[in-house]
Amino acid sequence: MSDVIERYRDPCLFESLVRRIGRHSPRRPLTLMHVCGTHENAVARFGIRNLLPDWLRIIAGPGCPVCVCPPADINAAVQLALDHDAVIATFGDMVNVPADDVSLADARADGGDVRVVYSAADAVTIARKEKDRQVVFFAVGFETTACTSAAVALAQPPENLSMLVSHRLIPPALDALERIDGLCIDGFLLPGHVLAVTGTGSYVEFCKANSTAAVVAGFEAVDIMLGVGSLVDMIIRGESDVQNAYPRAVRSDGNRRALQAVNQAFDTVDSAWRGLGVIPASGLALQKDLSHMDASGRFDIRTDKVIADDPPGCECSSVMTGLKEPESCALFGTACRPDSPKGPCMVSSEGTCRNRYFFERA
Amino acid sequence: MRNKEKETILLGHGSGGRLTHELIRDVFLEKLANPVLGFLGDSGILPETEGRIAITTDSFVVSPLFFAGGDIGTLAVNGTVNDLAVSGAIPKYLSLGAIIEEGFPVADLKRIVSSIARSAEESGVIVVAGDTKVVERGKGDGLFLSMSGTGIMRNGYPPQRPPGPGDSVIVSGPVGDHGAVILASRAHLETADSFGSDCAAVTSLVQALFDEGIVPRFMRDPTRGGLAGVLCDLAQDTSAGVEVMEQHVPVKPEVETICNITGVDPLYLACEGRVVAVVDSSQSDRAVDVWKRSGAGDGAACIGKLTDNERGRVIIRTRYGGARHLMRLTSEILPRIC
Repeated sequence: MSDVIERYRDPCLFESLVRRIGRHSPRRPLTLMHVCGTHENAVARFGIRNLLPDWLRIIAGPGCPVCVCPPADINAAVQLALDHDAVIATFGDMVNVPADDVSLADARADGGDVRVVYSAADAVTIARKEKDRQVVFFAVGFETTACTSAAVALAQPPENLSMLVSHRLIPPALDALERIDGLCIDGFLLPGHVLAVTGTGSYVEFCKANSTAAVVAGFEAVDIMLGVGSLVDMIIRGESDVQNAYPRAVRSDGNRRALQAVNQAFDTVDSAWRGLGVIPASGLALQKDLSHMDASGRFDIRTDKVIADDPPGCECSSVMTGLKEPESCALFGTACRPDSPKGPCMVSSEGTCRNRYFFERA
Repeated sequence: MRNKEKETILLGHGSGGRLTHELIRDVFLEKLANPVLGFLGDSGILPETEGRIAITTDSFVVSPLFFAGGDIGTLAVNGTVNDLAVSGAIPKYLSLGAIIEEGFPVADLKRIVSSIARSAEESGVIVVAGDTKVVERGKGDGLFLSMSGTGIMRNGYPPQRPPGPGDSVIVSGPVGDHGAVILASRAHLETADSFGSDCAAVTSLVQALFDEGIVPRFMRDPTRGGLAGVLCDLAQDTSAGVEVMEQHVPVKPEVETICNITGVDPLYLACEGRVVAVVDSSQSDRAVDVWKRSGAGDGAACIGKLTDNERGRVIIRTRYGGARHLMRLTSEILPRIC
């Protein structure tokens, strides 16, 4: 397996792909957008932006699951930890993102029981072990993690387990991006993790409707350059379609079992995104027969407080939608740094600002 | 009826009475006895020594207590010995504090004390003072160890010439093994039996350099905070720039895989048996060679240099021609979402 991956890390192959892209001359600047925190991390970590020709730009869209999570949901998780004495089980970076200046890590420091888990199944294990506690799985992430939440919800988990569902879906976000004034995207680099679940098929309609090109890409340096190269080719040829540059993980029909689980466990609902507002049918909610597992029904969570997406001066919303580069935010690198972050994009390891700060100022 | 007190730590083991006495005698002295400790007074009385004395202290709260390649006992001894060794001292004496949670299995405690004894013997150090406390169930995580150590400083160390631009940065082996083992265990990732923590004493590595007449200008063991943390300290302390070639940093394939799955950077993962040193660039090849030949530094490598550029900062040159800054960890190591 490692030999296979090593081929996708080959600096010579990478360089030849970079050179190949450089031979194009499209006579106008091209802007590609990815919508994946792991892509942002890889693009920045490998120093890819510095190697692209002047006419080609890769910008980051709303692909960091931690960053797009609306403050109201984080605030609900904090309430559950502090006011309802529930064990909050959630994924890594989620604990550090503040809402109204309070993060789950802060809640933990104030006595809340917040635990980092590696999968939804870990939350089940906690609930089984600690039967006298209410355990809430704060379910965040896109289609990639939604299917694992669905699998847990459908497998008759222990009664003391509930879910605070904050899953979001990528296709409706792409639609929303197309409607943002002043945002001009020539093509999308689609996230390999998400499309391994959904398949490429569901994106064809989006590309046709919006006359845009999209390529699904993996996460090694060569994977990304293969994706970027194919996308540039498609844009220059004027194609409105989806290509698969990550065939070792992604199929056109996706992972049927995973999709079936998502469809069985969840309904799509209109949902708020940090930075994008409410997007129709862009989130998931537990279906009626599983609603007893919904933490927002099981606990009395206050939802009256309106919390701004961005703290004062922070421009994470514009960064997340690709309207602004991190460097154009007045706080970037001065008042907002990885060790004193103001907004979610500087907190998460998948956040655009954090990656830009660490990797691209060198 | 089972003899509960022989199998499980009870609050009575911390009372200072009969059970405490038996615990010390049957579990700790059984393995750690030596003329200084055997006296069981309120202090260990050490023989007269010449030279400057180095002293270090550390606490060990690792979870899980037992991991591939070691346990909290080996970690405590090697961690303490290594702090002394990389300070330029020859480690001599240890003190041990054990905070045990009520209900902890005596068999596990015995196993850990055996590890302490074995690791101490391997490093040529002895435990000369000790203390045990028992806390109520729920108020500890099984077992916490606290260890202090002393050693005799080598003459002429640290050298007068501090590390500066032009010097080479070398590492004694692959980085991140220990951190990756702990990460894998917490993430329930199965790893090959052959892959374990690098937990070991680095005394032989340090000695090998001095035996060859190579006096490092800086030495550290990259534990918590990993290689990145040490390099950031180096840049800050010397006000030089530190430039590291990513492809020269040795990382085992197993560590690479665990990092790929969890999204953690191996440069931030703890090592428990490696040395990072700065040597004169004219000596770096020889130093790496000495380490390789010593048996304890098979994967040793020269990973970069100190420069006049970007003073006070660490730059990593990637194998794809890009560059990035390396900074200290800003919070706990967290796995990514997908």
